[in-house]
Amino acid sequence: MTTADGTPLKVALARATRRSKIRAFLLVAPLLVFILITFIFPIIHMLMNSVDSPEVQEAIPATVAELQKWDGTGLPGEAVYAALAKELGDRSRRAEIGRMSKRLNYETAGFRSLLNATGRKIGGAKAPFKEAFIAIDKDWGNPDTWKVIKNAAPAITISYYLNALDRTTDPDGNIVQQPEYKQIYVTLFLRTIYVSIGVTVFCILLAYPISYMLATLPTKYSNLLLILVLLPFWTSLLVRTTSWIVLLQTQGVINDLLVWTGLIDTENRITMIYNMTGSLIAMTHILLPFMVLPLYSVMKTISPNYMRAARSLGANPLVAFVRIYMPQTVPGIGAGSILVFILAIGYYITPALVGGQDGQLISNLIAYHMKQSLNWSLAAALGSILLAGVLAMYWLYDRLVGIDNMKLG
Amino acid sequence: MALPVYAGPLERTWYYAYRVICAAVFFFLIAPIVVIIPLSFNAEPYFTFTPEMLRFEAAGYSLRWYEDIINNEQWLHSMKNSFIIGILSTVVATTLGTLAAIGLSRSELPAKSFIMGVMISPMIVPLIISAAAMFLFYSAPFGMPFALTQTYTGLILAHAALGTPFVVITVTATLVGFDRSLIRASATLGADPVTTFFKVIMPLILPGVISGALFAFITSFDEVVVVFFMAGFEQRTIPRQMWAGIREQISPTILAVATLLVCISIALLATIELLRRRNERMRGVTY
Repeated sequence: MTTADGTPLKVALARATRRSKIRAFLLVAPLLVFILITFIFPIIHMLMNSVDSPEVQEAIPATVAELQKWDGTGLPGEAVYAALAKELGDRSRRAEIGRMSKRLNYETAGFRSLLNATGRKIGGAKAPFKEAFIAIDKDWGNPDTWKVIKNAAPAITISYYLNALDRTTDPDGNIVQQPEYKQIYVTLFLRTIYVSIGVTVFCILLAYPISYMLATLPTKYSNLLLILVLLPFWTSLLVRTTSWIVLLQTQGVINDLLVWTGLIDTENRITMIYNMTGSLIAMTHILLPFMVLPLYSVMKTISPNYMRAARSLGANPLVAFVRIYMPQTVPGIGAGSILVFILAIGYYITPALVGGQDGQLISNLIAYHMKQSLNWSLAAALGSILLAGVLAMYWLYDRLVGIDNMKLG
Repeated sequence: MALPVYAGPLERTWYYAYRVICAAVFFFLIAPIVVIIPLSFNAEPYFTFTPEMLRFEAAGYSLRWYEDIINNEQWLHSMKNSFIIGILSTVVATTLGTLAAIGLSRSELPAKSFIMGVMISPMIVPLIISAAAMFLFYSAPFGMPFALTQTYTGLILAHAALGTPFVVITVTATLVGFDRSLIRASATLGADPVTTFFKVIMPLILPGVISGALFAFITSFDEVVVVFFMAGFEQRTIPRQMWAGIREQISPTILAVATLLVCISIALLATIELLRRRNERMRGVTY
């Protein structure tokens, strides 16, 4: 069969399909390119940042090359000391050496001052350099010092990830626990998970009764009540956090009310904010709509006839509810829980403002390393671990509910 | 929902207890938002109800915190910033998002789930990670010798990226009920694709586009983490200014700003709700 102009039908169809494929793709392409450049590349860039370790190689390339010949037993040879003396003494390398000191200081505390002191004095030193170095600081006579430099030299490192999991490498390259006082991240990851689970459970407990009410009331009433759920959903996060500060602080509305009713006296005002309690209350309030909306949409599809049938067959109301109604709402509970959990695990603003010291979560630490300590690679490593967790949850969500079924408002 | 006549005393008790529980949860949801509104009219610089306020005396109330906003250069500047960044990022997000949603709704599109995944990724990734990644990347994009951090352009691009998933999702949802034969009908009547888009597709999907745009706008308008990382003093938005207010010099001016923001939320919510109902009605006709 051929078309009017003589081309075979098959070819014409293939051409038409290809053309419409291209047309569909061209519609999608601008946004795809935009998201790739403004969002996906930054994420990839951050992932690379978390394993990137160019500092030592950039600062002292010749020393690194010499160190590769060293077998790790005893002290390295004079050639290594000579190369390091030349490179440390080179004034034009100051910026690179500064970055390397910072990097090595993450591995072993005190490395920065060792390099600074050596850098100041080594310029005037003469051969043999080995003795000159050891005369400046006896740490240069310790093979461990050299092992640390050699271990940090490769361009790719997992040390930030180890650090993010409270591990480190000893000079021989074995993975060991961080000293006790530096172990904070695993605790914080666990705390973040516990808080997220806690918030999710609170949200289920609070959302279930009102979703049931919304789903069973006649539409004209339920639409009005739904506004009470949607208004918080649409209200700025900062506004809601501010109102919780107003309500919960020691001189705040709730404490005033309790004092006024005589339940507590004014000396014993309850501390409900700037601690974990404050974080939990505010986060539950902020995330509650994300639980109500999916639960409500699932419950709305459950026919009341099932309950009526159960009752007419002799089940008492409780049994009917638990055995017949609740199993049908499990998809809604699942969807809402995963959504709330994912949002809670990456929460930053609310814990930072109302969490105080013991309400801080892992995201607060990421922000701390980004803004204050400026250890961006560690922030990137912590972020990557968090991201991996969130993506795993989303994968689960997609399997259970389907991303396409995500509803807004 | 009504109590059946055959209900026993236990069921009767539970029926009323259940209503009390629901009322308590609704109260929990809405009270924190309502409580700040009267407090923003406090005559005293306190965050709680003064005795004068509780006695409903006129002396207990004043508009001084609202005057404070009008007279404060920083608040006015941050409001201007919020609207500039919000509106421009919404325009970018809505334009690109609507086109992409139309493309996504075509069955011929290859690798659809992959493309969808990329497009909604800004919504999936926790904000703190997006903000950190964008900050690192935008301070020297592709190693080029200029920075997009501390610029309006950088913030608008970042907020547009965060807003696009909402546009894509809402417009895609609207397109589910879209009758594709209308496009063919328009083509057989001689319209070129551009005319078809503006005269046939656009009017029908407009409610979805507008609600997507409102989602994108509120995303930018509310967003503080990216602003916190990327904005300089010059680009501070309202949420960033509120953050600084809570952290540094907490004054009831914040409550006045919060009240204004609640009013904006109510307006947006009402618009979205109207559009949703219109869309439901329209769909009722097509099917």
